[in-house]
Formats: sequence, structure tokens, C-alpha cells
Amino acid sequence: MALLQIAEPGQSAAPHEHRLAAGIDLGTTNSLVASVRSGEAQTLADEQGEHLLPSVVRYLPAGIVVGAPARDAAARDPLNTISSVKRLIGRAVDEIASIGSELPYEFVTADSSVPRLHTVAGDVTPIEVSAEILKVLGERARATLGGELSGVVITVPAYFDDAQRQATKDAARLAGLHVYRLLNEPTAAAVAYGLDRGADGVHAIYDLGGGTFDVSVLRLNKGVFEVMATGGDTALGGDDFDAAIASWMLHEAGVGDAAGRGVMRHALDVARAAKEALAHADTITLALDLPDRTWHGELTRVQMAELIDPLIRKTITTCRRVLRDAGVDSAEIEDVVMVGGSTRTLRVREKVGEFFGRAPLVDIDPDRVVAIGAAIQADVLAGNKPNDEMLLLDVNPLSLGIETMGGLTEKIIPRNTTIPVARAQEFTTFKDGQSAMAIHVVQGERELVSDCRSLARFELRGIPAMVAGAARIRVTFAVDADGLLQVEAREQTSGVSASVEIKPSYGLTDDEITGMLQASIAHAQEDMDVRRLVEERVEAQRVIEALNAALASDADELLSADERGAIEAALARLLQTAEQSQKPAEIEAAIKQLEKDCEFYVERRMNSNIRKAMAGHRVDDFSKEDGPGAGS
Amino acid sequence: MAITLTEAAASRVQNFLDSRGKGVGVRLGVKTSGCSGLAYVLEFVDDVDDDDQVFEDRGVKVVIDKKSLVYLDGTELDYGKEGLNEGFKFNNPNVKDQCGCGESFKI
Repeated sequence: MALLQIAEPGQSAAPHEHRLAAGIDLGTTNSLVASVRSGEAQTLADEQGEHLLPSVVRYLPAGIVVGAPARDAAARDPLNTISSVKRLIGRAVDEIASIGSELPYEFVTADSSVPRLHTVAGDVTPIEVSAEILKVLGERARATLGGELSGVVITVPAYFDDAQRQATKDAARLAGLHVYRLLNEPTAAAVAYGLDRGADGVHAIYDLGGGTFDVSVLRLNKGVFEVMATGGDTALGGDDFDAAIASWMLHEAGVGDAAGRGVMRHALDVARAAKEALAHADTITLALDLPDRTWHGELTRVQMAELIDPLIRKTITTCRRVLRDAGVDSAEIEDVVMVGGSTRTLRVREKVGEFFGRAPLVDIDPDRVVAIGAAIQADVLAGNKPNDEMLLLDVNPLSLGIETMGGLTEKIIPRNTTIPVARAQEFTTFKDGQSAMAIHVVQGERELVSDCRSLARFELRGIPAMVAGAARIRVTFAVDADGLLQVEAREQTSGVSASVEIKPSYGLTDDEITGMLQASIAHAQEDMDVRRLVEERVEAQRVIEALNAALASDADELLSADERGAIEAALARLLQTAEQSQKPAEIEAAIKQLEKDCEFYVERRMNSNIRKAMAGHRVDDFSKEDGPGAGS
Repeated sequence: MAITLTEAAASRVQNFLDSRGKGVGVRLGVKTSGCSGLAYVLEFVDDVDDDDQVFEDRGVKVVIDKKSLVYLDGTELDYGKEGLNEGFKFNNPNVKDQCGCGESFKI
């Protein structure tokens, strides 16, 4: 008979209606799948009892190999063995060019903006490579849970942008998995420790893997985690600890920097074993096989600490910066969650504990904690929990908005807004008879579009001819539960509309994305000043535009040549001030001055318009009393 | 009348209760649904109801409502593995017929 799991009270599923759900940690180096069974979240093992699946895919003419066998073949068959595909997913061709030089793969130049890798089994995209990893994990979950999955939660780094998130979702779809939602990795780690069920507060997630370091500050606010700040180093991790220890050993052994590749490789293995052993012992003995002899030595915890402290210090510096970006003091941090295998090193825990002034949370296996959090979230979304358990929400990490006149950003959805969300704002035309409007969707915190990230551009056409400012164009931003954005522009009177969904063709490097938040804080004052200046310039342009339109229509009729000359001179003065002045106040004064210089003209236009409006009517139409002779 | 647990089932239930952090025991029961008549219920117990009967075997409390007990009397709860999948099994002597999947049964 079928194998059953213990359900929560009242939540027993009917036969064949089990809502099986899994959480997937799709990692750069290793991936994991976890599920809640009988109330307990566990990572799932394969037939060999291995939980970690190396995120490596090898393409052969006969088929595709995923995991440890693929990883072991990487050195022999580098072109057909794709590892660290997470660094490529959702990136455009030109972005990959900047990181691609370190990668051994052959990139195919195609007309599409999605990069393709050349293998013996044909050209593949990073989305397809990721899908192969997800297929294996999905299959493992089906086999272990004994049925079809109703959905999965996949974790992504907090700094992943819309394009990278969309690409991850596409990969899941390709793998035949229904994605309940994507979850930020630090949020998943916090959920694994049940911090979402605790009191509101600020938490830090310290994630030190083999080759990457990330730190995030999250604020729990009414059950919602907001990412306050993130930072990290894409080239710092436990591998660097091994290298530091290996280099010290080779130096002690008298080999120094002259070690060959083989010796170096062996030294790194010995170093890693030593590092892991020192988590349980104070002193260990070392044996390093050299071409001519075997070197014996000893390494103590204290010695190792000296070797790796400079590296740990770098992570602490980043923590300090991220706290500053988040605007919180280390004393305000309630919990520090340790993620990533390198946090097993006791010295790391000690130093992190010292910095934050509290012992970090280490009870859950740091390699598995993200997958476990994802599994807990998937279980809730599958409906296996009573209704009173809250649904964890997420927030959009960077503000989303559009470009307005003068290259300024108008934020429509501010950062840290809980998603899903839809917000709309009305805009209008700048010129008389304007029939089209370009919508430029941007992401970022800065005031100038040139400092933000461009996500997409599209045009709304077919706006009916109207005077400037009369058209009402409603721009709606909708972000779904996965942080994916749809933008629609609709002219309200005619109903013409245009929309765009943000597709995976743009992106930034990790450092740039984390840098964007910091830059917005560093440049806050400067940005304010620039915004005021640009706003005044736009206002000046608008006044000039309107005055020019007026002059063209009735100046001949209402103004003498001298008067017209004076107005045009005043106009030229404003134009010059607006273009050259760096002071908003000066431009503002120049606008006022022009308005004053034109007062008599404006008055005449008004009178003339009234006369025109009354022409053809009898005074009696306007007033039963005797009027001031108008119309006679 | 009695319900029993195998050693494997008892230690699993205890582990799951411990990691859940609350609950007094495990509820066994039947409900009328499924492709072949009746289906098993297996849940954590936070509250024992008035019409529940409580058995204790190998230190684990087994809670069962009186109506279900008619269908489950003499059942042994086991824990086993089938390939990668693992979970609980009802060894129910009252079963005359069950659907191919074994998730529902007739007596």
C-alpha cells in the first residue's frame, strides 16, 4: 500500500490529492531539493544518499549528464561541461562578454540577445542548462515523495534582477515544474529558523560559500521580510581559506611559489581537509607529498586563524558597510543566520559573533538551510498548513519607475513595496498635438535616469491631437509575486494603449546591483540638487514652448514690432539662463521675470480671446443688464 | 480492541513530534472518500476530543475516534521504505479489498 505522512490536524489529504511541494536551492556550485514530510523539512537524497547535487551539466552526443559525474569530467571535457551557469542566467550577450573571458566555454554569436553555448550536443542557452539541473531535482522529489509535485519554490539571490528571475522561472517551466514563487535566498534562510514567526525586528544573513560571499540585512515587518541592504564579494569564499593554508604549507615545506600544478592541487586538498578537521580539534598533523619527499607539519587552530583572518576581515568590512547602508546599528540586529559551508569554520563564527555582538544561529546545516526554508514556504503555498499560518510576502528590492522630461526618474513603485503590487500614475503630453509618448522603464534609486538601470522602452502611439497637458496617460506598473514587471500605458480619452513585459535581455553585474543602493545614499544631496535644477529647466522649456506657440498664433495681430522684439529678447534671456545656469533659483527668477515682461501680452491675448468668444453674440446673451458696449 | 505500532513507526512518530515542538500524539482514522470506499487519516494531535479513544504503545499516544476504531481495530502502524520514498503503512486486518494504489480500501 501507499506510504503515508503525518499531516497537520485536519489537513489530511484525500487519496490522490496529496499536495506535494518542494523547495529548491539552485546554487552556483551545488543545488539541493527539500520537502516537508510529517511536519519536518528535510533535504532529499539521491539513490547514493547524496544530498548535494553539483550544479554541473555535461553534454554528450549520446545524452546529458548532471551532477557529480559531470563535475568530475569538467577538467577533461571543459567545452561540453557547463558549471556555474547561475552566473550566466538572465544575462545578455554583451554582459557575458565582460565575465565570459574567465569562462572556458565557446559562445555562439546569434541574432538573439540570449547567449548560446556551443557543445557537441548542439547549442544551449543558460536557461536550458539550468533546466537540466532542475529536472534532476524535480525527478528526485517525485521519486522520494511518491507522486507528482503540485509546485516548487526556487530560491534566488536577493540581488537578482527581473531578467535573472524571469530566466530562472523559464528554466523551471522547461523542466516541467510549476513555480509557486521565487524566494530570496536570505529570506529562505530566515524562514528556516522560523524568524518569520517571531517578533518584528532586523536580522542579518551571513552567507559564505566556497567562492562567493553575501550578506543581507532583512527587516521583518508585520510578517513581511524587507531586504534593507545587501552586499558581498563574488570572488571570496572558503576556497580562498584553502589557498591561504596551502600557500603557508608550501612555504613551510620550502617549496614556496615554485610548486607545480599537481603539487598545488594536492596542497589545496590537504589544506581543505586540515580546515575541516580543525572544526573538531585544536591541533592536527599535516602530511604533504612532494615529488622528492613527504613534508610533515602541524597546524593549530590559532595558526589557522592567523592565516584566514585577513579574509574574514574583508567579510566583516562588507558587513559594516551593509549595516550602514541599511541604516542600522549592529546592536539592533536580533539574529545572525549563518549560511554556506564555509561558516562551519569556527573562526568565522567567532569573528561574526564578535562583530554583531551575539552568537550566530548555526543549528541548521548551513549548506541546507536555504533549501529547507524554501521547502517550508512551498508547503505553506501548497495549502498543507492551516489557514492561520501566514503567507510570507516579499518586496521589490529596487524602485521601479519611468523617465520624465529632462531625464528625471519618476518612481512608481518604491523599493521595499510588498509584492504582488500594482500602481498607476497619470502623465500628460508636453507639446501641443503630441501624438506619441516614449515610455522608458527604469529601475534604481537615483534621481537621474542616466544613473539608473534601463529595463525597457516602448512607445504609446495614436494619442489624439490635444493641447499640451490635456492628454491623460495612465501608466500602470504591476509586479507579480515573483518580482516580474508588466508596464502598461493607456490614454484615457481614446483608450489607446501599449504595454511591455520585462524580458530577460538586460542586466547588471552583481556588484553593480548591490552598488546601486549604496550610490543612492551616497549621492542623495547631489541628486536632490540635480533634480531641482532639471525641474526648473523643464519648467523654463515649457514656458518657452507655450510662449512660442502663442507668438506664432497671434503676435502679428496683438503686438507692435517693438513689443514683439522686447518679448523675443526676454525669451532669449530665459533660454540662455536655463541652458547655462547651474542654480535652480536663478532659472526660477528668470521664469518669473519673463512672465512679468509678458504680462501685457498675456492680458491682451485674454481680452482678444474674450472678444472672439463673444463675437457674433449680442450683449443680451451675456447679461440682461447693460454691458460695457461689447458686441455693438 | 487495540492499535499497535512497530518499533520503527513509534520512533519516527516520536521524532516528528519532537521536531514539531508540540502535539500529544498521532491520530489514526478513516474517512469516506477515495476510489475504493474509505481512506486513512494520519495526523498530529494537538487536542483530544470527547469521543476519542487513546491507546499507548511503545511510549507513543495513538488517538482514534470511536467510529474509526471499528474499521481499524487490530491495525498495526508500520514505517517503511520503497525506493527513495518512505512513510507510514497501515497493516489493517479488516481490509477485504483495496484500490491499486492502496490509498483507499473496503471492508
